Amino acid sequence: MCSRIILRRMIQYNILSRKYNSTLSNDNFVRIFEVGPRDGLQNEKIQVPTSIKIEFINRLSQTGLKYIEVTSFVSPKWVPQMSDHVEVLAGIDRIPGICYSALTPNVQGINKVVSLGKKGVDEVAIFSAASETFSKKNINCSIETSLQRFNDVVKIAREKDLPVRGYVSCVVGCPYEGKIKPSQVVPIIKKLLDMGCYEISLGDTIGVGTPKSIYDLLKEIQSNDIPSNKLAIHCHDTYGQAIANITQALDMGIRCIDSSVAGLGGCPYAKGATGNVATEDVIYLLDGLGYETGVDLNRLIDAGQFITEALKRENGSKVARALLCKQQGETKTTVKSNQT
Amino acid sequence: MLFRIIQNCFTFTIRRSSNFVRIFEVGPRDGLQNEKIQVPTSIKIEFINRLSQTGLKYIEVTSFVSPKWIPQMSDHVEVLAGIDRIPGICYSALTPNVQGINKVVSLGKKGVDEVAIFSAASETFSKKNINCSIETSLQRFNDVVKIAHEKNLSVRGSISCTVGCPYEGKIKPSQVVPLVEKLLDMGCYEVALADTIGVGTPKSIYELVKEIQSNGIPSNKLAIHCHDTYG
Repeated sequence: MCSRIILRRMIQYNILSRKYNSTLSNDNFVRIFEVGPRDGLQNEKIQVPTSIKIEFINRLSQTGLKYIEVTSFVSPKWVPQMSDHVEVLAGIDRIPGICYSALTPNVQGINKVVSLGKKGVDEVAIFSAASETFSKKNINCSIETSLQRFNDVVKIAREKDLPVRGYVSCVVGCPYEGKIKPSQVVPIIKKLLDMGCYEISLGDTIGVGTPKSIYDLLKEIQSNDIPSNKLAIHCHDTYGQAIANITQALDMGIRCIDSSVAGLGGCPYAKGATGNVATEDVIYLLDGLGYETGVDLNRLIDAGQFITEALKRENGSKVARALLCKQQGETKTTVKSNQT
Repeated sequence: MLFRIIQNCFTFTIRRSSNFVRIFEVGPRDGLQNEKIQVPTSIKIEFINRLSQTGLKYIEVTSFVSPKWIPQMSDHVEVLAGIDRIPGICYSALTPNVQGINKVVSLGKKGVDEVAIFSAASETFSKKNINCSIETSLQRFNDVVKIAHEKNLSVRGSISCTVGCPYEGKIKPSQVVPLVEKLLDMGCYEVALADTIGVGTPKSIYELVKEIQSNGIPSNKLAIHCHDTYG
């Protein structure tokens, strides 16, 4: 009798979850979570003036992007690039329908956001790591302690009706511990979701993943009943694998992708290497695969060019470079060049 | 029909059970040809020798085209004379016409282990790139293949613009399939499908390869040559 009930419930669950997942897979809208102003600028060599940041964010607001991570409430002692968080938030245009977010890793941070009222943000973010060593080196405490801190942050955020997004760093590899098993990631996701995060962004922080490691990770997460609509993917392109990894994640039902316009933000663990995947490259991929994003690629390229000129660096987006070269009339195919 | 089913099953089994991937290194030819700076012959030779130490088994080293058009490849004879020949490595060169293949043949042991010919899926690209129509190019290649086979030289075919063309835009898979078939029928052991301007995405690659496979062409006759222009 008991086994019949169990069997019936298993069948019901499988039907429901397949239906749910197939609904997700049929859903061809992909949300882009633009992290250029925060994750991008935080990892650039040159610090840009507040006025440039504001102009940059305002340009992003004109592209169709609906989620823009604008700054971080951390101590200027640790992240000086984000010390102007109040001024940036005070200065940006607030376009209705766009969610402006900020990192708030501790109670001081969330309290400061709350104190800003309407000049604050629409949502906040907290970030843990799948690697104990990374957690200690990055935010100076164990994973367990960080989760306790975040719990306090979430309580305050929820009192103020501020949604909270969770991040997990090093979901496939860690610069200190090496390969990370999916089984190390799942408990952290569960804790962050139980705490009240509406979504968890899975970060391949050092870009070492390949489609296989992304597959293994997502399979493990999904077999622990965590639905894809609670997840986002944050791939770094340090080893050139981001687009392939994102494609794998899309195939498995992920419909939110973090990216950084112009590929802003290098890798602090591989000096000189690239970091964030470029939003333009992601939009090109999604467009080619038939997904809708609501983002205007040309306006995005414009915003990316603006900030890369301010940073005096090369545009990290291959799509932006290719299209800008095309516009300037340069072509890679010359007459009688015997091109393959 | 039954044969095709069996063939497809066989191919499927081979494909799925084979986890070895051959890399066809084109740096010394396709790479250097498209760099702004021209490197001295001695640097090319050192470069190819270093590649020979990596485990790569297929290295495209140069091209037998007129120096008038491709000055970067004008030292083809010197490069081939200077490189170390590691047993087990196939050193190849482009030979787009009869003059090219005849020159290779005349070099004897200082020549190459295999040659390559290249067509395009776009008529406009063919005319702009090699100054003749696709049909004319295939006739030329047929002559090249005949000579190559007389001398026991394998021939690899390449098709440019298999998903997009800088002049014609989107290329349909149905434009590519006949070319693949003609090159294989002519005697190419493999055909490299090139996304010459890098505009493809996984969807366009899927559609292309699916169309080719549904025409009974097995995967072990194909290679993929993707450009990363759009990441």
